[in-house]
Amino acid sequence: MKKILLMGNPNTGKSTVFNRLTGTNVIISNYPGTTVDFTQGKMRIGEEEMMVIDVPGTYSLDPSDEAQKVAMKMFKEGDLVINVVDATGLEKSLNLTMQLIKERKPLMVAINFWDEAKHKGISIDAQKLEKILGIPCVPTCAVTGEGIKELTERLKEAKPPQFDYENKEKWHVIGDIINHTQDLRHRHHTLGERLGDISVIPAFGIPLALVVLFIAFKIVRFIGEGLIGYVFEPGFEKLWTPLMLRLSALLGSGGFIHNILIGNLIEGEIDYGQSFGLLTTGIFVPIGAVLPYVFGFYIMLSVLEDCGYLPRLAVLVDGLMHHLGIHGFAIIPMMLGLGCNVPGILSTRILETKRERFIAATLLSIAVPCAALQAMIVGLMGKDVVVGLTVAYGTLLVVWVILGLLMAHLVRGESLEIFVEIPPYRRPYIRDLLKKIWIRIRWFIKEAIPFVLLGVFIVNILYILGIIQFVGKYTAPVISGTFGLPKEAVGALLVGFLRKDVAVGMLAPLALTLKQRIIASVVLTMYFPCVATFATLIRELGPIDMLKATAIMLASVLIVGRILNLIL
Amino acid sequence: MVNRISLVNMVAGQTGRIVQIDGGYGMMCKLDALGIRVGKQVHKVSGQPMGGPVIISQGGTQVALGFGMARRIWVEIERPE
Repeated sequence: MKKILLMGNPNTGKSTVFNRLTGTNVIISNYPGTTVDFTQGKMRIGEEEMMVIDVPGTYSLDPSDEAQKVAMKMFKEGDLVINVVDATGLEKSLNLTMQLIKERKPLMVAINFWDEAKHKGISIDAQKLEKILGIPCVPTCAVTGEGIKELTERLKEAKPPQFDYENKEKWHVIGDIINHTQDLRHRHHTLGERLGDISVIPAFGIPLALVVLFIAFKIVRFIGEGLIGYVFEPGFEKLWTPLMLRLSALLGSGGFIHNILIGNLIEGEIDYGQSFGLLTTGIFVPIGAVLPYVFGFYIMLSVLEDCGYLPRLAVLVDGLMHHLGIHGFAIIPMMLGLGCNVPGILSTRILETKRERFIAATLLSIAVPCAALQAMIVGLMGKDVVVGLTVAYGTLLVVWVILGLLMAHLVRGESLEIFVEIPPYRRPYIRDLLKKIWIRIRWFIKEAIPFVLLGVFIVNILYILGIIQFVGKYTAPVISGTFGLPKEAVGALLVGFLRKDVAVGMLAPLALTLKQRIIASVVLTMYFPCVATFATLIRELGPIDMLKATAIMLASVLIVGRILNLIL
Repeated sequence: MVNRISLVNMVAGQTGRIVQIDGGYGMMCKLDALGIRVGKQVHKVSGQPMGGPVIISQGGTQVALGFGMARRIWVEIERPE
């Protein structure tokens, strides 16, 4: 199948062009051996079906970072390239175009954001450009769809360009081309541009960021709880539970297979929180408890991304983050982690260096509680929720900062300085948003559910073999001595390996004091990732780094728990 | 008389022309690709506390640069505020 590559700078609306060319059957793929992900889909023109690949945005083919190296590799494997350029930033876009021309592969240009250019007083003579470069140059406005038809119709005209130039004259050549094809008309700053500028000035930007984040999290909570309350819980109760009860009876209400699949019947009933069967807890937890929040988080992230706010947020926090050894963009994994640690850790791939990914992933699994865990902590605090949450969350924040500072000093490797283009504010295009969210959800379901199932399975086996009880007996004195928690809390901590929120639930009937509840919440968040996160960490960090991270986790939880026990 | 200062010392709102960039090959390539080269005019949008990034505007594009990088880009102020 012919491979069509969409290449261009970041923020050129390449993805929108991609969405226009492909249908709903698009997938996120990972370029083997790298942390670079890309989307691909299929397109049909007449009788022929072709593969379309959205190559991650690059400014040039020089191998200066991993994304660019991968872009070059993907370029070599493609048959035809559609170079998407930004009509509002033609000079910059032509840098990549010039490099692509030198490679002499079938090439054509889509001049995107054509409408925006007009608004900005920029007019480009597309036909003149086409004459100079010798390849089809099609003006497009991917958001409205204008030009896309012409793009697909002229696909067959894409040919290896004959245009030539000397490398050291590249910018002069580009300047020349601009002079011949582009005309600028002065116009005033729009409101959107002014807003864009002040969003990054700390005096205004930081309060704005707090407001934006506050609203964002409220929306996520609303979506998450709404889905759980109105869709998933009733759905499970009415449709799935009867089915499971019937299966349970069929399997004789007990026995090995029954316990693996259905788990333990709590008072003759299936309790999704405590039964631990593959088909009960294993299915309910990722779909009924985690997915709703992940869904909300993906919506929030996609909106912030598409309207152009995300890079500005990253810039505001970058100063602080760099003292912790990570990049401003690490704010994304941290935010996602507040929904579910799994997509949070998976998104650390956007960070360039191994050191940054290690620090970000470790900080995330130690100090960032997921939505399910948070909900249960709130429940556990009961009437003391204000004081309890403030102290618990405050402690986690302090731990996050101090641990970050420590790791920044001790972890070897480099962290790159921030270097990113900040796009203008744009109104998100709904169809793109929906497609993006759909792709992400689909990917999460495929990637996360198997892990949770694996975890439930493992915990069940361990329980049946008595290993969990064995470990419990020997760690109990440590836990009560160091943390000041009753021996019964040990069971909760062990269960916390599977599901932290379930563990918190097990603490409720123990009638702990406020101090104990705070310590228990903090310890549970910090001490060990839930099994899904654990599996994801092994995959992303590799086993050796995972062991290092685990050591850091255990050390910090013992220290922090002890300190809390002493000072509260 | 013209002032020659680095991007980090520019005041937000000032415009200047780049006269020198103290960078290695990698840094120059990155900057080059975004149109940040000697001779180009840049406008400083803002700076951030705690050694945070500097945001500049060049030819219609806004770019955020790390403090260390911004410190090594020298401009001559043309229109002091």
